[in-house]
Amino acid sequence: MILDGKAPTGRIEESWDKHRFELKLVNPANKRKYKVLVVGTGLAGASAAASLGELGYNVEAFCYQDSPRRAHSIAAQGGINAAKNYPNDGDSIYRLFYDTIKGGDFRAREADVWRLAQVSNNIIDQCVAQGVPFARDYAGYLDTRSFGGAQVSRTFYARGQTGQQLLLGAYTALSRQIKAGSVKLFPRTEMLDLVVVDGEAKGITVRDLVTGEIRTHVGDAVVLATGGYVNVFYLSTNAMGCSVTAIWKAAKKGAYFANPCFTQIHPTCIPQAGDYQSKLTLMSESLRNDGRVWVPKKKEDCNKPPNEIGEDDRDYYLERKYPTFGNLAPRDISSRAAKEACDDGRGVGPGGRGVYLDFAASIKRLGENVIRERYGNLFEMYERITDEDGYKQPMRIYPAPHYSMGGLWVDYNLMSNIPGLFVLGEANFSVHGANRLGASALMQGLADGYFVIPYTIGGYLAAAKPGKVKPDHAECLKSIADVQETEKKLLGVNGKRTVTEFMRELGSLMWNNVGMGRSEASLTEAIQKIPAIREEFWKNVKVSGGGMETNQQLENAGRTADFFEFSELLARDALHRNESCGGHFREEYQYPDGEAKRDDANFCYVAAWELKGAGQEPELHKEPLKFENVHLAVRSYK
Amino acid sequence: MSAQASGHGTMNIKLIVWRQAGPDKPGNFETYEAKGITPHHSFLEMLDVVNEDLIKQGKDPITFDHDCREGICGTCSAVVNGVPHGGQKRTTLCQLHMRKFKDGDSIYLEPWRARAFPIIRDLMVDRGALDRLIQAAGWISCHTGGVPDGNSTPIAKRDADYAMDAAECIGCGACVAACPNGAAMLFGGAKVAQYAALPQGQVEAPERVAAMIQAMAENGFGNCSNHYECQAACPKGIDVKFITRLNREFYKALVLDKVGATPPKKS
Repeated sequence: MILDGKAPTGRIEESWDKHRFELKLVNPANKRKYKVLVVGTGLAGASAAASLGELGYNVEAFCYQDSPRRAHSIAAQGGINAAKNYPNDGDSIYRLFYDTIKGGDFRAREADVWRLAQVSNNIIDQCVAQGVPFARDYAGYLDTRSFGGAQVSRTFYARGQTGQQLLLGAYTALSRQIKAGSVKLFPRTEMLDLVVVDGEAKGITVRDLVTGEIRTHVGDAVVLATGGYVNVFYLSTNAMGCSVTAIWKAAKKGAYFANPCFTQIHPTCIPQAGDYQSKLTLMSESLRNDGRVWVPKKKEDCNKPPNEIGEDDRDYYLERKYPTFGNLAPRDISSRAAKEACDDGRGVGPGGRGVYLDFAASIKRLGENVIRERYGNLFEMYERITDEDGYKQPMRIYPAPHYSMGGLWVDYNLMSNIPGLFVLGEANFSVHGANRLGASALMQGLADGYFVIPYTIGGYLAAAKPGKVKPDHAECLKSIADVQETEKKLLGVNGKRTVTEFMRELGSLMWNNVGMGRSEASLTEAIQKIPAIREEFWKNVKVSGGGMETNQQLENAGRTADFFEFSELLARDALHRNESCGGHFREEYQYPDGEAKRDDANFCYVAAWELKGAGQEPELHKEPLKFENVHLAVRSYK
Repeated sequence: MSAQASGHGTMNIKLIVWRQAGPDKPGNFETYEAKGITPHHSFLEMLDVVNEDLIKQGKDPITFDHDCREGICGTCSAVVNGVPHGGQKRTTLCQLHMRKFKDGDSIYLEPWRARAFPIIRDLMVDRGALDRLIQAAGWISCHTGGVPDGNSTPIAKRDADYAMDAAECIGCGACVAACPNGAAMLFGGAKVAQYAALPQGQVEAPERVAAMIQAMAENGFGNCSNHYECQAACPKGIDVKFITRLNREFYKALVLDKVGATPPKKS
């Protein structure tokens, strides 16, 4: 089937304004009759719940954490992009749009990206009004910095904790609505199923993580803002609780899963230290503004202390290969270049899986104080984890799974193919194409929540009768029974291996075969091996405790079971896409100099997968992508 | 805190952990052995090792709150040898590493203990009271949309920096756990001070502080008696000067006759 993204036609500059006018409105007096269920309270979910509550809808908000403020948006460090052009350096909505389309390697829908760039400026205003303490210059105006993939300074920041400050802004807006009674909050509550009635999303089934109670909440629309899925690699920069579960359950109820193979590997993370490790820690890519990335030219220098390796014996490979963008080359390119250097035997640190990020030149030029002011918290974090002082010797970094560009397929209204199911933020596939630029995730989360869904959800609800489905509906009861059945199965296996052992095995297979470099052979092997490990999981996993109690092992087991199913789809998508683009690098498809070789003639589309049930191959639907404003071109950062 | 561990050998640690099956169940200390721990293990990774062991023995693993494991979400929370987060300066429990301990050490692990934080299970507590303080009035009432340009009001760098110092709070509740009175003054003070320092926060400043102070009492938090344990325990280095600011804002609200007044409702 050919999918229609329902993007508006006509001049792109007017597309969102025109569309907003054409959307149906819900009468203010009727809004409270509609119940909207918002799952996830990160930037997208919290801003959506707050804005919808403020408009007068009856909102219920759910998060698995003990407080909405702990969603993983909190961990974003570097900043948020906006086309304000405050520095007068040539930025514009068009340039942000252009950079994002190009940065995503031409795999995003133009109209969605334009809208994102257009509302980016409103986000900054909104956050300032909320009391977000953005960095300011000495005259009191907002300060900006540069980020990878752009040649203008358009990134607004709050020290190294921009995500935290933006999330707390959205969290306070949400808290205000909770007080006002327009939003009801359900913390420590995990969504485990989507309830679909007559083809429309009308509820969710959740587990209360404290008592173990499984129940259904019904509503007139469901908004999923449940983040990304790169914990499928086991080790990633995501929080421990991040999972594919909510969107996977929706996919199993018929929502199409788009471009699952577009995953982002972030170049500046702290390398893995040992097998026991539970997660990888990211350091903001803003470090690349002042840090220079290098490896030794000669393999035999790799074990020498870095300060003993002479300037002539260092390979500043990003500056060498990409003189225009240098150390600020986009994430996918920087990550792959690090892998190449390490594959070439020139990596440093444990296992030879690391490259240097060196601040010596900047410290000499600007002084240690300036570097400390800009990145002090990151240097502290590095020292706490590695016991090394980044001011005295270069940091060691290595790429790590960080973000998923893929997600549930949505149209221009952010509605999935299931009417009434909206998907926001990292959980959808929309604006980042095959690679997300730095400081654009925060922008998308807040754009979707503050400035898109409040308009587009009205277009759906205006035509829907409120309160159609009651909690005793047969579909609700069936959903509860299904969730209970799965839980019973997990608790009943009583095998020999722990959940973590299984997830580690799956993650390692995914990282080695479906990670930074993928080939037909590695992907075929992964697709063969995943079902075998999955089968063993269901025969030999050991989940301690019971269902009707606080049980973290059971929570993990459920998420792991979903990763076991989803990982196969990810690998299949990667195998079908016979091209390299953005974060998806197929080793067979590259230019002689190692650059990604895109195939626009055959793959200029969104791949949206429809699940067909256990044991059946998923069906591929395509949404062709048209580029009318930015011309398809080979992406070059040289 | 134990002396710096030296070398890169592995260590065995004795863990004495508070176990409590549920809010209304009795609790007690149990002793476990953490074997083969390296200096590079984070504290929570050490707990992971112990839990994997417990599961294999057919015992219930230790329930503890954790999520980002990079010191920013504020989820992890346990008292280590009497000190919330374990006592390394500006460090959450998830960022504490085992190189700070040595082979043969005994470590006592307990949950946050405060009247406002009922125990859910083992080391996991209910910190909903902190959310309720924010819900009471910890915001600036601006609607989505219809706000002025971000640069329309210049804010002095010193004020923006001061607000940011306060805003770094991660809401973990260590300040409450460390306080002999179980007070949330540092947590509340940080929020009040952040907004009081900014022009956007002025309009509602008196109502905000009054409502938050009232909510502290209603949610079982104690009062401040200047022990400053909160500042010592805070993994983000939040300064007690923000409590001073909270007090000053509260007196201003008293003078303006705003104490006891209802905070702004949704309009």
